[in-house]
Amino acid sequence: MLTAIRRGLRRGPLPADQAAMLRGRMASHPRHLIPARSRLSHAGQINLFVANVEKEFGSVARVPDLHAVPDAVATYLAAQNLPTDIVMAPHPDLQSIPWDTRPLLHLREGRAEASDLVSLQHAFAGIAETGTLMLPSAPQRPTTLNLLADTEIVLLRASRLVGAYEEAWDLLRTEHDGMPRNVMLVTGPSRSADIEQTLELGAHGPRRLHVVLVEDAAA
Amino acid sequence: MHIATSPAFKENAHHALEDAGLQKALARSGPSFIARRTAAVAGLPEFEQLRDIARDIKNHTLANLDFYLETWADNVEKSGGKVHWCATADEARDAVLTICQAANARTVTKGKSMISEELGINDHLERHGITPVETDLGEYIIQLRHELPSHIIAPAFHLNLEDWEDSFRKSHTDLPADRVFHERRDILTEARTKLRQKFLAADVGITGANFLIAETGSSVIVTNEGNGDLTQTLPRVHIVLASIEKMVPTIEDCTSLLRVLARSATGQDFSVYTTFSTGARRPGDLDGPDEYHVVLVDNGRSAMLGTEFQEMLRCIRCAACMNHCPVYGAVGGHAYGWVYPGPMGSVLTPSLIGVNQAGHLPNASTFCGKCENVCPVKIPLPKLMRHWREREFERHLTPPVMRTNLALWAYFARRPGLYRLATRTAAWTLGLLGRKHGRFHKLPFATGWTGGRDLPAPEGDTFFARYAREQRAGRIR
Repeated sequence: MLTAIRRGLRRGPLPADQAAMLRGRMASHPRHLIPARSRLSHAGQINLFVANVEKEFGSVARVPDLHAVPDAVATYLAAQNLPTDIVMAPHPDLQSIPWDTRPLLHLREGRAEASDLVSLQHAFAGIAETGTLMLPSAPQRPTTLNLLADTEIVLLRASRLVGAYEEAWDLLRTEHDGMPRNVMLVTGPSRSADIEQTLELGAHGPRRLHVVLVEDAAA
Repeated sequence: MHIATSPAFKENAHHALEDAGLQKALARSGPSFIARRTAAVAGLPEFEQLRDIARDIKNHTLANLDFYLETWADNVEKSGGKVHWCATADEARDAVLTICQAANARTVTKGKSMISEELGINDHLERHGITPVETDLGEYIIQLRHELPSHIIAPAFHLNLEDWEDSFRKSHTDLPADRVFHERRDILTEARTKLRQKFLAADVGITGANFLIAETGSSVIVTNEGNGDLTQTLPRVHIVLASIEKMVPTIEDCTSLLRVLARSATGQDFSVYTTFSTGARRPGDLDGPDEYHVVLVDNGRSAMLGTEFQEMLRCIRCAACMNHCPVYGAVGGHAYGWVYPGPMGSVLTPSLIGVNQAGHLPNASTFCGKCENVCPVKIPLPKLMRHWREREFERHLTPPVMRTNLALWAYFARRPGLYRLATRTAAWTLGLLGRKHGRFHKLPFATGWTGGRDLPAPEGDTFFARYAREQRAGRIR
């Protein structure tokens, strides 16, 4: 196949200097034009993120710190008339939340199963440009939590909110040794327009996506 | 592989024009695609610059495709995946089957993939006792109805609500026959329930790929439903089907292409799920497949490199060209007779199945140029269709009547004096004959035109004569 490609390109294998140049390009992975829309103050980026999540039929609750999370989760579930059994990502951030302040929330840590109705996931980063969550897989961040439950709740620290996708990729490159097995960029709840090109929410993934945005000190 | 009905494009198109259900679907959905893209583009002032960038990234990649494919394959293997290099459709089908058989697979779930349609994976698996289940909602109903997709991102573009109801009642016979579908949501919910069981039971999941990333050895899928993610996350084995032109060098390159993809396709700023997969389950992971395979397919693409059709390999399958095409809008996707419809199909199909099979397609164009104007990677689709027409003519595949007429026209065109005399006579005669009605419902030798529309009568003069007159009068310099 490579021979056929080279025949088409009318050359043999790339000369060493050109190959080195291409390797250099990959190593420096230059950014291209980044749209100006997310070039805002951090507060502006938070507002843009919230507006974009809501535009894509998700919802956002803003809370001052991790202590306020159980209340926010319980209030959301009650308002939506949803059960209080939650499967939660075994992430230290989520584990450090004082859940006993709301004893009616039943939490189980692990991956999601088909019977789970509500999941609680941890966001690695948020991207204001389009209201997108970056959810890389890891033992403490199972992928099934993004997919199997009817309702996905995602905890995002405002200090992890960036403007453009490229900034989130930089965070991942810095903090992660190589590419995780799976990186999901999630923008709103699951949907389909396959029936008469008309949008309906709740195709195969979560029917609802709710972001709990913790406005931590670093923000 | 699917048997192409492209040679019968003209008959197909006639049937399509008379198909009331199809015409209803086209009238409903065509304008909404255009409006959504227009709104999304208006919301991003940098869109035009991003199109240039997208084009340049793809050109750079194609010029170094061998290097990037090798780099990518190394990185796939390093992350615990396996690459299967397949030059032909046969090799690719066998590679998929071998992986499925090694996994003792009985059922296979599938995310939406046009390359899978091109290869005819489903038929091949079925012939060997393995049940493929399409999970994209549009692909699912197409499979139930034993049809082909009529659009590359909206496979069920040609169907109406009553078709969905009808197919679901016929296929889901375990459900109460008298159940009522009040709205679209009820159909969606029934499909969700049915397919959830399939997702959980599948032994292998097959997805396509929107991009392959050399730098990391990743494959990328873009979906709204989440079916592709369930397909690649739950079963023990994940197979990615990807053709060689899906390659991009880096994550940043991919990101720039993603900015134009969803906006051009569905008019969304970003699709709901954009997922990067790299290798198999890692130590400590609680989910994800144990095996990650990529079946890398050439199937005629490398032969396009270095030809005038190389630019077609930039295509990122957004479907903007068909959404804006007046021909597609009139006859829908099935008339094109193979996997890829619309302008991109009119260029790609002759490359993949031969111009002798698909020669009608590059002729089924008004050359309005809309497809090129909206293409996110700026493929000059009309120019490429023109190249196919030339090749068709060179290879004497053009019908004799057309060749004779072209030769006749060329005879006059090369003799300007004679040409002017002839056109002047024709314009004068037709002008005189048509003076009363201003148009002709029927003309001898021109029924091909007048069969579908009227021919306006000339006003007695030719363009040349009028141009000269205007020039003399000083109105044109």
